[in-house]
Amino acid sequence: MATVAEYWRWKEYNWSDPDNDPRKADVISAGVDVGSVSSQAVVMTDGKLYAFANMRTGSDSPESAEKAITWALEDTPITLDDIHFSVGTGYGRVNVPFAKKAITEIACHARGANFMYGPSVRTVLDMGGQDCKAIHCDEKGKVQAFLMNDKCAAGTGRGMEVMADLLSLPIEEVGEMSLDVEEEPPPVSSTCVVFAKSEASGLLRQGWPKNKVLAAYCSAMAHRVCSLLERIGVEKQFAITGGIAKNSGVVKRIEKELGVEALKCETDSQIAGAVGAALFGRVLHLKAQKKKG
Amino acid sequence: MLANYGYKDGSGDFFLTIDTDRCIDCESRPCVSACPAGVLEIIEDDYGDDVCAVQDAQRKQIKYSCAGCKPTTGWTTLPCLEACPNGALQHSW
Repeated sequence: MATVAEYWRWKEYNWSDPDNDPRKADVISAGVDVGSVSSQAVVMTDGKLYAFANMRTGSDSPESAEKAITWALEDTPITLDDIHFSVGTGYGRVNVPFAKKAITEIACHARGANFMYGPSVRTVLDMGGQDCKAIHCDEKGKVQAFLMNDKCAAGTGRGMEVMADLLSLPIEEVGEMSLDVEEEPPPVSSTCVVFAKSEASGLLRQGWPKNKVLAAYCSAMAHRVCSLLERIGVEKQFAITGGIAKNSGVVKRIEKELGVEALKCETDSQIAGAVGAALFGRVLHLKAQKKKG
Repeated sequence: MLANYGYKDGSGDFFLTIDTDRCIDCESRPCVSACPAGVLEIIEDDYGDDVCAVQDAQRKQIKYSCAGCKPTTGWTTLPCLEACPNGALQHSW
């Protein structure tokens, strides 16, 4: 039987810092972000990024959380028992069995973006697998205003996966390809992923090349999230987190529509929520210790 | 914090906005009982403050839950907005 290529499948991976000895750290904290599409586990030593894993969420939230943290710790000398405080976040936050506390992904993304992109970040746009969040935060990463759209998948990562599958193109390449057009085509429907997909199918039948269809889709997605951002406004500096931050086709179109450039970061934009959760974990552990005396 | 609860979909914008900084010190919380649909509740937010919020289960159906308090049913303003002593609530429709 021929194997069927699954173009939407983005690469899962883990990472750890070999130069950092976690056994020397005072506080080892972990953050686990169980999202609708992907799960991330981040381990931090005294507020420094030490290890993480980024993988797809399965149908079982507790199992996904366990798998992610196990994978993050795989190449490290420590185990789950060495972690002082774990915080769960994301859709499945209440289902992280080893977490001592659950914190909303809104607070975690703001805190994580503050760490990853620097304290000058004021607006964070988290483009997740199945929702989109716009957040304003202060220089400490504390949320000042937020807006979340989780009612529909238009303008989210899952929508882009559906489109990659339709066009038989690897998800990692669709962003760049969408920029390879001479003229920007009119956007497809931005109201619904299902409508957008059927519209895109129609355009393909009309003979549109794949990159032009992608351009129309990326531009619809950018337009959709920009209209969401209008409600809370955009203050500089501006950062995008989540999987779509890796899609240059959408990011460049958002930047163009808003007239603001998004900050770049070498760390994986998808782990921002889990980083925030791990940072919360550290503070909560220190607070608990102080109480104990 | 300006908490926007609700959604934007093909039929419009449906958001209840709660300025939690204005409701932290409110003791009576009249908004919760003022809402005929029981949409609001008091929660502890991520920073440990007790504030008013839209219930989790209501966030994706605000258009329908709040339909009874639209101008067509005789309301000129919303009962929750009227009840709030600090002007912490706003709505998008």
